[in-house]
Amino acid sequence: MRRLVRPWLYLLPAAAVLLPLFGYPMYMLGLLSVFDYRQAQVSGGQPTTFVGLGNYARLLSDERFWQVLAQTVGFAAALVVATLAVGAFLAVVMSRAGRLPRLLLGLAATAAWAAPAMTGSTVWMFLFDTDLGLVNQVLGVEGYNWFYDRWVTFGVVGATVVWHSFPFVMVTLYAGMQAIPREIFEAAALDGAGQWNTFRRVVLPMLRPLVTIVVIQSIIWDFKIFTQIYVMTNGGGIAGQNTVLNVYAYQSAFGSSEYGLGSAIGVVMTLILLVVTLFYIRALYRSGERL
Amino acid sequence: MRPSRAASTIAVVVAVLTAFPIYWMVLSALKPDGEIQSLEVRPWTLHPTLENFTRVLTGENFGRYFLNSVLVAGSVVILSGLVAFLAAVAVTRFTFRLRTTILIMFLVAQMVPIEALTIPMFFVVRDLGLLNTLASLVLVHLAFTLPFAIWMMRGFVAAVPESLEEAAMIDGASRATVLWRILFPLVAPGLVATSVFSFITAWNDFVFARTFIISAKDSQTLPAALLVFFKPDENDWGGIMAASTLMTLPVLVFFVAVQRRLVSGLGGAVKG
Repeated sequence: MRRLVRPWLYLLPAAAVLLPLFGYPMYMLGLLSVFDYRQAQVSGGQPTTFVGLGNYARLLSDERFWQVLAQTVGFAAALVVATLAVGAFLAVVMSRAGRLPRLLLGLAATAAWAAPAMTGSTVWMFLFDTDLGLVNQVLGVEGYNWFYDRWVTFGVVGATVVWHSFPFVMVTLYAGMQAIPREIFEAAALDGAGQWNTFRRVVLPMLRPLVTIVVIQSIIWDFKIFTQIYVMTNGGGIAGQNTVLNVYAYQSAFGSSEYGLGSAIGVVMTLILLVVTLFYIRALYRSGERL
Repeated sequence: MRPSRAASTIAVVVAVLTAFPIYWMVLSALKPDGEIQSLEVRPWTLHPTLENFTRVLTGENFGRYFLNSVLVAGSVVILSGLVAFLAAVAVTRFTFRLRTTILIMFLVAQMVPIEALTIPMFFVVRDLGLLNTLASLVLVHLAFTLPFAIWMMRGFVAAVPESLEEAAMIDGASRATVLWRILFPLVAPGLVATSVFSFITAWNDFVFARTFIISAKDSQTLPAALLVFFKPDENDWGGIMAASTLMTLPVLVFFVAVQRRLVSGLGGAVKG
């Protein structure tokens, strides 16, 4: 009997935190999304009215929502591809580099990894500042504003995000490559495989489970991107042209006091991420993770 | 494999490029104002000064914000470490109904877009009367760091052979003794790595601080306070860089110290 009770006893503190502070807000997010909840209702001036799927209907018929959704997916996809490409390439570089260069790269990547998203954003903003930024001065252009055109802005913010996130991919894949037994490389060399063939036909298949996990993790992170966009484009860019879903939800709620609508966007995001998570769990199972 | 010269060259070049923004941040923080305003930038300075730091720390009450951040992150680390340790023991050392379900829920919880949850959290915190308090930040960060912390601790607890605990039990040790005197010290390194993660999450948070701390300037934390230096017409870049440096350094030190363990603890994804 005690053996049945004990695990629950150990889980009790976690439950005491997570149920009221995570479970309940999740439930409330869903609840708010089916109500008409704006400034008047928050201050108690007007009664809250149940609108069913009204907020969702409003979203789905709103051109702006579809545009932001498409933009978010496109931006996240570009980030994932760029992060993976840079990270994988550098993992290979790391495994082929000498001791000291490898150490240097590892240290620099750790620094970029550790830098808070907030300060990373401020530094990159300064580098790309119109008047005093280093980039404009090195390029010799005067007064070019990097945060004016929608796609240029996405480019600069994207570079900041990749700078933050490639180290995780690089370090993880490098660790995975180190775990491949040396004999396998020797056997491949004996069979006459060149560098490219060794990478494509030996390393890549062996790292596949790891790559899958890294890809899905990156999708989840990049789809939720918030701080860099919010800080670097000052809340979504000129006329909100750089808004992504997470920022859109936040701005709808705290910017325009449309708390119900903002919650509905949050629910849509959560559902999309849930689907991605299912793939993640499947990948974990396949990689031999014991759940 | 022999190291290749091309790979070594690329590694060094990329290392320099990657570290450059951090270098630029520290350098700009140390530059006198005249050099920052100058249209001729140099990647060095002959007149390093601490005036940006003094201005930031005295003029804008930044010391207070720094202390607030330390308080919040520190409380989160201690609480989340203990709670996560117990929960991790529950899901690794026992088999019980719903165990896998609970485990998957911890995993799913990590995917939730936290920023969207600020909307309901705002009302929860308001109803508890905790708006404008540091306690509100401790509570939300505790909740949002726990799922990952438990997930990570699980790997470290599982790595300790169960036979050790069994041996102690045979020698007459009580359950509590086994838990706190045997298992706890053995997973302490893992706990440190997990704590660093929790620390960084709480330390870096921007959105909750911005949302919950509305009017009480004394309860502000670093990230939101950083925005003070952004002025519509002219940004105080020297101040911003000094404040950013103050915010980055503690994290950098912690991170470098435990980076290896952090990687091996990531969901057991890396098998070395």
